[in-house]
Amino acid sequence: MDQKLSTDYILQVRGLRKNYGGIKALDGIFFELRKGEVHALMGENGAGKSTFMKILAGLEKPDSGEILLEGAPYKPRGTYDALQKGISMIHQELLAVPELSVAENLFLGKEITGFWRKWIDNRAINEMAADRLKKLGITIPPETKMKLLSVAEMQMVEIAKALSNDARILIMDEPTSALSDREAERLFGLIGDLKNKGVGIIYISHKMDEIFRISDTVTVFRDGRFIDTRPAGELDQPALISLMVGRKLTGFFPENTSEKGAPIYTVRHLSQYNCFHDISFELHAGEILGISGLVGAGRTELARVLYGLDSADEGQALLHGEPMLPDSPRTAIRKGIAYVSEDRKSVGLITKMSVLQNISLASLNNYAAYSFIKKKDEQSAAGKLARHLRIKCSSLHQRVETLSGGNQQKVAIAKALLTKPKIIILDEPTRGIDIGAKAEVYHLIRQLASEGLGIILISSEMPEIIGLCDRVLVLSQGKQAALLNKSEATQEKIMYHSMPR
Amino acid sequence: MKKISLDHIGQYGIAIAFVLICVLLSILHPAFLTLSNLRVILTQVSINALLAFGVTFVIITGGIDLSLGSVLAVAGIAAAIFAHPDSYPLVVPLAAGIGTGVLFGAFNGFVITKSKVPPFIVTLGTMTIARGLALIFSNGRPVSNLSDAFNFIGGGTIWGIPFPIVILVFTFIVCALLLGKTTWGRYMYAVGGNELAARASGINVNKVKMMVYTLCGGLAGIAGVLLTSRITTGQPNAGMGFELDAIAAAIIGGTSTSGGTGNMVGTLLGALLIGVISNGLDLMNVSSYYQLVIKGLIIVGAVVLDSMSKNR
Repeated sequence: MDQKLSTDYILQVRGLRKNYGGIKALDGIFFELRKGEVHALMGENGAGKSTFMKILAGLEKPDSGEILLEGAPYKPRGTYDALQKGISMIHQELLAVPELSVAENLFLGKEITGFWRKWIDNRAINEMAADRLKKLGITIPPETKMKLLSVAEMQMVEIAKALSNDARILIMDEPTSALSDREAERLFGLIGDLKNKGVGIIYISHKMDEIFRISDTVTVFRDGRFIDTRPAGELDQPALISLMVGRKLTGFFPENTSEKGAPIYTVRHLSQYNCFHDISFELHAGEILGISGLVGAGRTELARVLYGLDSADEGQALLHGEPMLPDSPRTAIRKGIAYVSEDRKSVGLITKMSVLQNISLASLNNYAAYSFIKKKDEQSAAGKLARHLRIKCSSLHQRVETLSGGNQQKVAIAKALLTKPKIIILDEPTRGIDIGAKAEVYHLIRQLASEGLGIILISSEMPEIIGLCDRVLVLSQGKQAALLNKSEATQEKIMYHSMPR
Repeated sequence: MKKISLDHIGQYGIAIAFVLICVLLSILHPAFLTLSNLRVILTQVSINALLAFGVTFVIITGGIDLSLGSVLAVAGIAAAIFAHPDSYPLVVPLAAGIGTGVLFGAFNGFVITKSKVPPFIVTLGTMTIARGLALIFSNGRPVSNLSDAFNFIGGGTIWGIPFPIVILVFTFIVCALLLGKTTWGRYMYAVGGNELAARASGINVNKVKMMVYTLCGGLAGIAGVLLTSRITTGQPNAGMGFELDAIAAAIIGGTSTSGGTGNMVGTLLGALLIGVISNGLDLMNVSSYYQLVIKGLIIVGAVVLDSMSKNR
């Protein structure tokens, strides 16, 4: 990026501290944001990025420290106050009202009222919404109900909403995590426009290529402490990673050590109308089969059918030669199929429950006699797995909602593993988890394969698919576009096959 | 000491409140802390506690049961009809009462799991149906002249302990074990914590729901038998509003209405707290009109405290 940045700081943060209980979430943070700057905020999960964002957005109050917004002290009384002062945040978790239309969501809290007092003027809202979406190049009809949109589309609306507040500072927390490459491109274009208008952007992402592509400056947090701020041009990927983790990562992707065994699982001509059509593949023991495709290609829908969460319309699946399309997850688990969902919070885990209770939940009957849970057996089995996967928690009784994303993911994987599956379907296993934890998850996946499991890995991250998988099934608009061997699976080829045609 | 989490404060809070109120009442009125008065309190609490145990299961799974009071009434009538002297052996009225409760609970569970209609609406309907049937079976009149054996359940004593207290203790132990120690209990928390994730973990969500509503109905059936026996009459209008006291006990005891949290010890304490307060107010001759207001304030206060300790 060019160095013609202005020197006017819109935001200056000095010595910010925040404790939760006895834990130092933020321990003396420094941060400076210029006008028209894209400032990447990096750090492993648990580094304090979210807490920092929450303070800026008015969701939390700091214990001490100073924040200056254009030179004046900034102490937001709440999110509304923060918005009024020009700080807008796009949340990692989407906060739309599903029953309302896109337009109504866009103007939520500031409905345009018509001539007659408090009646909401729907027509005006729809027109203005259409106008705003068009400017951003988003082609969603404004009267569509929010719940009918895909996650990616919801995210676009969320961004449009944040921008409608005449934001001076825009905070983006993993904005591309649910976007396809093409949608992400559009977002980057949008970020460029905003920069030119002088908006300061704080950008959080775990995707390295994005950071180097769009950011001017990079600040790194580690364990709640400020580590460094540097121009993005001075950094490269290894340097940035070592700043984040405080150590060098070697062997990001593990070597393929597993022997490809006999085919154990066959899917033939599987279809679910409207979602995917005529999918056929074989999975061998010890193999990692990648499923790649754009958002909406039908990958998750396919996984849900294989696991019995939804039913197929046509076709069959054979496990060890026996017909195996489960009618419910219960059957799938019993037959040796496990699934780790892309959506940890709503499908994968019960966040109110403890690490222990989550890990054992899908195989509790194995640790019970006459319905009474054998606490010792349960604890030793779950504890062993927790140590094996290196889940960081104060005790097995810690609630899952208080864990970092990477550790939550490991709990979800542990739950699946405890059912002793023959096949495990991993749906976006590294979404929203930090880079150190990612490498650990990759090694874990490879290790599982070498123990003879068949693994189906659904991922939107190209490096993951290429680095980890033995074969890659590419879906495009619900159709099987290609089945590539490791040697053929290049980024270009996968992309080529993913494109709708 | 530092290990006390926010989870625990709610439960300790209720225990502390309970002790404080007991101390306060024994200072205010000498008759409060006597063995005979404690016996009265526990006997009075037993019916609400049974209902509260049942509804705790239901609320933990994220549901609600508003039909409890009416189911109690119809179960009481069903028991009374078979409890006249020299008609049937004791087991028949007991089976009729408890069985009626179980049937209504199973009906609730069946409709809720099959139709996906919210439990609030379904059990509101059942509430009216059960009340109507109680009036039909009894021709709208109290069913009296019950056998001595039957009347023992609510009025008799074993080694000086009123039989309702024996039932209370026994039921509490069974419910607490079921919820805290078994796979079923764990599944209830899972279903209430996140139904989708519970299903994806291979839990038969409908079976769990079916079970909690049936259990809740069964406990209402036992409570119905107990009440009928205690007042030696089957009253078709009995139990009006009892469901609210039961729900209040569960909530005061720390069961979250959004599901996924709660336990039986808390519910028992909640029921005892309500019982002790109304007993104390009775002793001090506070009119029942004021008692309603005070009880309502306590419920609101408990819920506010609960949500404050969560959102801190």
